[in-house]
Amino acid sequence: MKLRRASRIVLLLAVILGSLLLAGCNRDESVPWRLTNVTGHMPDLDFTLVDDHGKPVTGQDYRGKVVVLYFGYTHCPDVCPLTLAQLHVVMQRLGPLADGARILFVSVDPARDTPEVMHAYVNAFDPRAVGLSGAPREIEALSKRYRSAFTREPDRGDGQYEVSHSSAIYVFDRDGKARLLATPGNPQDDLVHDLHLLLSPGTSP
Amino acid sequence: MTFRSHATRALPLLIAGLLLAGGAHATEAEHIHASQSWLRVLPGDLPAGAYVTLENTGDQPASLRGASSAAYASVMLHKSSTEGGMGRMAPVDNLVIPAHGKAQLSPGAYHLMLMKASAPVKPGDTVKLTLVFGDDSKLDVDFLARPANAIDIYAGAGHAH
Repeated sequence: MKLRRASRIVLLLAVILGSLLLAGCNRDESVPWRLTNVTGHMPDLDFTLVDDHGKPVTGQDYRGKVVVLYFGYTHCPDVCPLTLAQLHVVMQRLGPLADGARILFVSVDPARDTPEVMHAYVNAFDPRAVGLSGAPREIEALSKRYRSAFTREPDRGDGQYEVSHSSAIYVFDRDGKARLLATPGNPQDDLVHDLHLLLSPGTSP
Repeated sequence: MTFRSHATRALPLLIAGLLLAGGAHATEAEHIHASQSWLRVLPGDLPAGAYVTLENTGDQPASLRGASSAAYASVMLHKSSTEGGMGRMAPVDNLVIPAHGKAQLSPGAYHLMLMKASAPVKPGDTVKLTLVFGDDSKLDVDFLARPANAIDIYAGAGHAH
């Protein structure tokens, strides 16, 4: 509780600092982002996980693509499918530009989310979605890297359990730089707008 | 004179009848109108979320306690939230449907979590769920199975029905 609060304050400070810097001198100022701009305040995309074909992958494998990163798990019947369905609609609205983007759905429940399960799951949402799973410590490392958090809730008694997890959506540019942070409260239009800016040819905001 | 005596005799019966019909014991389910019912099909045997709008035409509040279905071994009433940036889901005991009001089960909020399908459910199928209310009365509702990436087709549709 305390930790979460602390990390939110850190994030908030980072955002305020970021806005001050932008207002002060940066030419980024001209970019009319609608989501929270985290440029320069979060580390580059980096991880060692397993994709939904069972292939070991790292953050480097997604350089050249704009990455939309979201933590969740397949036994989550409501919020995760809702978010992924919304991301699918965002991709559809981007049209051909969406081919330059990947949705990385990272499982916070690697015990149940095998690559096979993840493969069927992500493909039910969008062809540009990739399901990432892997060693628990690698998932934890990635989660911590972006000040995200997840907690396995107590077993319901039938071997089933829920996993509470951060609901933020992280956006990285083609160079793997963390650029934007979206929450479920952001209108879908904002995500479409900002991804459009990141994906449009000839612009490197 | 004869008419009058007839009326006098019939009156108590009539009153008793009215009391029975209106006085009392209309069940909660009898006052509930369900609409916009659908469920999201996920691959394999992953748990699915089911959604519905419930309208209470009665003068008393009603409450949804849960549901059951021949198509799923387990159905639970749940609520999702993303407060404080954490997405979480918790079982709830009931959802109140105010008198002459509405309650909505919709993605990201209240929903019925369906587990362990007895047979695979495909998009386009119709699944019958039996909603159970506070007084144990029941209402059968057909839910349309929709694909995983369906968005809430009814969201933003306002109050038109």
